[in-house]
Amino acid sequence: MNDTATATQPKGNGLVGLIPVGIALLLFGWFLSLAPAVAEGQSLRLVWDWVPSLGIAMSFLLDGLSLTFALLISGIGALVLLYSNTYLAGHPQFARFALFLTSFMLAMLGLVLADNLIGLFVFWELTTITSYLLIGFGHDTAKGRRSALQALFVTGAGALALLAGFILLGFSMGSFELSEILAQADALKAHEMYLPILILILAGTFTKSAQFPFHFWLPNAMAAPTPVSAFLHSATMVKAGVYLMARMHPGMAGTDVWFWTLTIAGAFTAVFASILALRQTDLKQALAYTTLMALGTLTLFLGQTSGYAMTAFATFLVVHSLYKASLFLVVGCIDHSTGTREADVLGGLGRVMPVTAFAAGLAALSMAGFPPFLGFIGKELKYAGILAIGSEPFLFAAALLLANALMFAIAGIVALRPFWQRTGIALPRKPHEAPWTMLAGPVILAILGALFGVYPDLLQTSLVDPTVKSLLGSIEDSKELKLWAGVNMPLIMSIATVALGITLYLAHKRLRPALGRLVDASPQFDKGWDKFLLGLKRFAAWQTRIIQPGILRRYIFATFATVLVAIGGTMIARQAMPTLPDLSDVTFQNIALVVLISAGAILTALTSSRIAAMAALGVVGIGVAMIFIVFSAPDVAITQLLVETLVVVLVAVALLRLPVLDENGRDHRPLDAILAGAIGLSVTLVLLAVLETPLDLRLTEYFEVTSWPEAFGRNIVNVILVDFRALDTFGEIAVVVIAALSAYALLRTTHPRKDP
Amino acid sequence: MNSIILRVGTQYLCGLLVLFSLYMLIRGHNEPGGGFIGGLIGSTGFVLFALACGTADARNALKVMPQNIAMAGLGIALLAGIFAAFFGDALFTGQWLFINETADSKGIPISTVLFFDIGVYLVVFGSILSIVFAMEEEI
Repeated sequence: MNDTATATQPKGNGLVGLIPVGIALLLFGWFLSLAPAVAEGQSLRLVWDWVPSLGIAMSFLLDGLSLTFALLISGIGALVLLYSNTYLAGHPQFARFALFLTSFMLAMLGLVLADNLIGLFVFWELTTITSYLLIGFGHDTAKGRRSALQALFVTGAGALALLAGFILLGFSMGSFELSEILAQADALKAHEMYLPILILILAGTFTKSAQFPFHFWLPNAMAAPTPVSAFLHSATMVKAGVYLMARMHPGMAGTDVWFWTLTIAGAFTAVFASILALRQTDLKQALAYTTLMALGTLTLFLGQTSGYAMTAFATFLVVHSLYKASLFLVVGCIDHSTGTREADVLGGLGRVMPVTAFAAGLAALSMAGFPPFLGFIGKELKYAGILAIGSEPFLFAAALLLANALMFAIAGIVALRPFWQRTGIALPRKPHEAPWTMLAGPVILAILGALFGVYPDLLQTSLVDPTVKSLLGSIEDSKELKLWAGVNMPLIMSIATVALGITLYLAHKRLRPALGRLVDASPQFDKGWDKFLLGLKRFAAWQTRIIQPGILRRYIFATFATVLVAIGGTMIARQAMPTLPDLSDVTFQNIALVVLISAGAILTALTSSRIAAMAALGVVGIGVAMIFIVFSAPDVAITQLLVETLVVVLVAVALLRLPVLDENGRDHRPLDAILAGAIGLSVTLVLLAVLETPLDLRLTEYFEVTSWPEAFGRNIVNVILVDFRALDTFGEIAVVVIAALSAYALLRTTHPRKDP
Repeated sequence: MNSIILRVGTQYLCGLLVLFSLYMLIRGHNEPGGGFIGGLIGSTGFVLFALACGTADARNALKVMPQNIAMAGLGIALLAGIFAAFFGDALFTGQWLFINETADSKGIPISTVLFFDIGVYLVVFGSILSIVFAMEEEI
């Protein structure tokens, strides 16, 4: 039945393609089996301790809100995975794709089920990372890479704000458990940290759910394969932000700042995005902008606290996921079959692809809000909800009406024109009907939209009421979902929407140039993003030039100058000048050593021959080793001597290949000498000051006493190294190995390997 | 460096240095010495070998990649530390076995501490040689 679809490709992906579908179906079935219990008002909680000392647990809560999301995620996930199994059949990186998509689905489930702030955040970031990998799945194109990185940066930056908000929230309320925090809503709203917490959390949710002004990454994310767009950028990931706002709603909503921020940002995003959507000719881009519109609408309703608004939120959440995922998958079928997604090129597909056209028609009717589809009920509730807003209801109602009319027009452009309007333009490929695996998703989702419209009770009791209960605490305010509510204001607005929508649909080609001019005149966020990144890179280049010039001498100078300021500054500020110690017991041997070391140091500094400098440096090292011998520390002395020998060898190997010493002149030497002298002086002063304080011998005595009876060794230094402080030593030798491997890797990469 | 005297002398000196380094390693628990010092002395022998005869010959004489020696040392040290867990002690607690123990003599002691020290020896030995060989070859 799908000969043409896969004629040139190997069929299917074997088990790799089917296992993820199975996982998703099992999860869906499991959540479905829990639905009756949740509908009765129960909520399930699972807890594993994770970092108990910090109050962080892996706790999961299944209530109406999380169940609705979990069912959407696992159900649509199963259909999308089945779909992509055919869509990407034989793709060389399909296994990778399936892994990313399945991981994303699991992370998303974790996010909506988590009841602990830190757990939620971990899953939140997992969705960010998997979505980055999925958007960048076409990583061989510059556009794919840019889009993926943009999405990662924008949502990642928001997530950092979110983490700060969560930590602040957790410490303010004394618990990281969401259910405990939300139980003390009044205390939270009255808390002095309420505003900072709100701003930080909204920064996270607005970036994730692409609210204006962070909207620009979402249309770009359409660079991902279509199943990914259908899953991540319509039904699930972008709704993570909406989910979190809904989750925090019982604890944080009801204040003026919550109401105005969410209402205005939501309403503006909705109108702004639906106007931009009308301008798009690429079907997928048009859908992407309508997704922004939907996210804006959901945000707008979360700003409210009325029963109508909450019922509208819960219903529209389901409606939108059903029709939007369906339409994305339809566009994928069209693309797969014809090789193009351009609205102006496509036409007359209805006869060749009847099933696709059927699914597209159902989904589009739901999107446009015709009765008896669920979309109609959703739209009526939206109007009822918007009219229940306390202040300026008509302004927001007008905005919503405009957005809905634009949605109506776009539903026609996406689902009507490609199938039923003849364009007479040749398509890149001869179209054919999609195979059943690709049709299952759109058809099932579209039929569900119609089914719930005819039998709204199914949805009301199973998902909408429990969700409203999660949001408002009871289902008393949950409004009834019905097709016919009598002649009232919402119905009149619906009729106005249809009229305006038809007008816009008929005029959309003529409107496009005007819209284009409007958009070009307004600020360009996407280009602004590029400028921002360019500025960041320039700043990085500038500060690298200043701080890291690549001249070793300057690094060393800066390091020692900093040390001098830190030590000398502290000593002067604290007035901690030591008194000159008693020098009566200094022997001739000691003086000879000091002279030897000083002579070595001076020769190292003054000579212009590298060999001489190295030899003189060796003299300094051996002199220091002799000091250790004089003060009876043979272990340290032996180590010092051996290290000194090896350093001279290493320096000899490296330095002898370098150009002549001081080819840049010796202008810097006076300054170097001053710095060296000052460093030497301040270190001497510090050592003298240290000697003035009495030595604490407790540890020394402990080791002396216990070394033999407890560790069976007489060499205390070694016993400390390998027994008393073995863990420290282990850390040190691990560092030694890492340093050696790094040095080896660095040396190896500078030249091609010579044959041994 | 192309000196036949140095080359011939080094072959004996290298063996002696490695032997001496093992002696320093074993005596380390009671006299000056130990894994760090032993590893340094042992590596000095091979550094000398590399200087006199070239790194290719030194690598041949060593048979094993120095990085692998260092990694193996780290592994041995870790195992010696984990060994304590079998006896319910904290990580890196020394475990001792005294062969032929009498009232006034501890006999021949065998301990995880010694194995830990051998690990340290191998880490120092392998790390130094991998850096020195690489520098000799690349610069």
